[in-house]
Amino acid sequence: MKKLIAWFDERIPMTKTWNIHLAQYPAPKNFNFWYLFGVLAMLVLVNQILTGIWLTMNYVPSADGAFASVEYIMRDIDYGWLLRYMHSTGASAFFVVVYLHMFRGMMYGSYQKPRELLWVFGMLIFLVLMAEAFMGYLLPWGQMSYWGAQVIISLFGAIPIIGDDLTLWIRGDYVISGATLNRFFALHVIALPLVLVILVFLHIIALHEVGSNNPEGINIKKPKGSVPEEEKPKFKFHERFTNKYDIVDAFPFFPYYVVKDLVGIGIFLFLFCYVIFFAPAMGGLFLEPPNFEPANPLKTPEHIAPVWYFTPFYAILRAVPDKLLGVILMFGAIVALFLLPWIDRGKVRSIRYRCGFHKVNLTLFVISFIALGYLGLKPATEVYTFFARVFTFLYFAFFVFLFFYSKNENTKPVPERITK
Amino acid sequence: MSNAPVDKGRRRFLTVATSVVGAAGAVGVAVPFIASWNPSAKAKNAGAPVEVNIGKAEPGQMIRVEWRGQPVWVVRRTPEMLNSLEGLADQLRDPNSEEPQQPEYAANMYRSRKEEYFVAVGICTHLGCSPQYLEDSFGEQVEGISAGFFCPCHGSKFDIAGRVFEGVPAPYNLVVPPHYYIDDNTILVGEDGEQA
Repeated sequence: MKKLIAWFDERIPMTKTWNIHLAQYPAPKNFNFWYLFGVLAMLVLVNQILTGIWLTMNYVPSADGAFASVEYIMRDIDYGWLLRYMHSTGASAFFVVVYLHMFRGMMYGSYQKPRELLWVFGMLIFLVLMAEAFMGYLLPWGQMSYWGAQVIISLFGAIPIIGDDLTLWIRGDYVISGATLNRFFALHVIALPLVLVILVFLHIIALHEVGSNNPEGINIKKPKGSVPEEEKPKFKFHERFTNKYDIVDAFPFFPYYVVKDLVGIGIFLFLFCYVIFFAPAMGGLFLEPPNFEPANPLKTPEHIAPVWYFTPFYAILRAVPDKLLGVILMFGAIVALFLLPWIDRGKVRSIRYRCGFHKVNLTLFVISFIALGYLGLKPATEVYTFFARVFTFLYFAFFVFLFFYSKNENTKPVPERITK
Repeated sequence: MSNAPVDKGRRRFLTVATSVVGAAGAVGVAVPFIASWNPSAKAKNAGAPVEVNIGKAEPGQMIRVEWRGQPVWVVRRTPEMLNSLEGLADQLRDPNSEEPQQPEYAANMYRSRKEEYFVAVGICTHLGCSPQYLEDSFGEQVEGISAGFFCPCHGSKFDIAGRVFEGVPAPYNLVVPPHYYIDDNTILVGEDGEQA
């Protein structure tokens, strides 16, 4: 065995990679519950890829065959229903864990210097994920697939001058048709997953270059030679990390955090399976009722709402009376997140040591996001539109306030070391 | 390898020339990939004009046909409906059809070639839903007007000439497609005809 490993190590950096990224990777010792969602997102990605490949084996990407082939998978293929529900529930689960993962980053300032690029890669993953989910939702070719796509594609029509030609080019027809379905299928099953996997790889490489943040937001890398020998952890870290710094308050990722993550994965799978087996449609949130009807270009459903994970942005779009401005604001809501590392000019990372107003501000942001998500599901009545405007304002106010108070923020003193 | 002195100017010229030719090649290669997303010949063919027989339409009746996969409405309007178009101007965004939502021959109060028949694409200008034709219950949406179009998606309202009301999400009037009368009983949707 040793000989075999040595044979490989001479030809490819196998043991070295294992050590740098797992067995000798220093992870701060104070990770909490919030640090599970990265690994959970990877687990869901694997689930989506596996079930997706299997669904492709029986799915027919054409306007005539798509809806029937999904029914065929559900009824006639052994365990086809399970594979499909794993995939459809996985899509929603992906957004649940990604939103929680992003909130963790905002709470503990994980986007601040030197982790700006790490954050930007994460945001790109989020963006590709949204495109992936949107295109995937067209594939069952149900009423909501069709009309949801109609609404979203027509957003591009709001762009002056080139708008109409652009939407025609995206659809490949004067309306959404088989041409649109087939190109979305191609993008959904090969192009975007490829990009997604590459971005996840870059996200992790960037993370392991700068090192993990932690709930205290305290740096675990100290200047070389500044830490007395007896205060250093009794673990071997790879020399790549210890060459330049003294590492304190850390464990190797493997086996310590792997074991912790396994517990998290176990709990997650309990919840995931509960949804798959007992509530795969989640009361119309994960699979919307109109989607059990085949797409019909001549009949609009009573009420069109995107799937829940898009509704916060959809609510912002509808809150604005002007079409172009609405589209700009909706994309602006995502751009603002991209720019977070530069909007936040603070030096203190964790919410634990930031000013009281920051806590209020972030809480209001979370409330607005959830409220917008709820309002996006509802029809646009006068009262709902009023509230959507209020929460849209609060959503953007978060970034504006943050920009100003973070410059000279009244923070609490941050300890030198992670205590306990 | 010879040890002749490096001619930096020549090296720079070759580098730039190679880059430019390479970039031109990349642009050329991109053309088929991008152009293949345009509507195919088949799709363009399916966008051919459609004949509508209006000989049997009752007053107030709507005929729906499909043109380029979109619903096209032909409404035979009653005199009461036509009367309801007057005096609405202050409630409408674009009462005089100034936005290019119709061919020139339909840029009038009735938004049609002949007052009696209204031809329009039945797709809301907000986000592409298909509004409902409310023949006599539109009064619930706008007081005092019995007929109009109401979009159930986001509540946009249009009068019986497809003109959008103020204070709703739809920015423009309904689209009037190119069309002309082949004879008294037949409309051709999709072409302007010689009368244009």
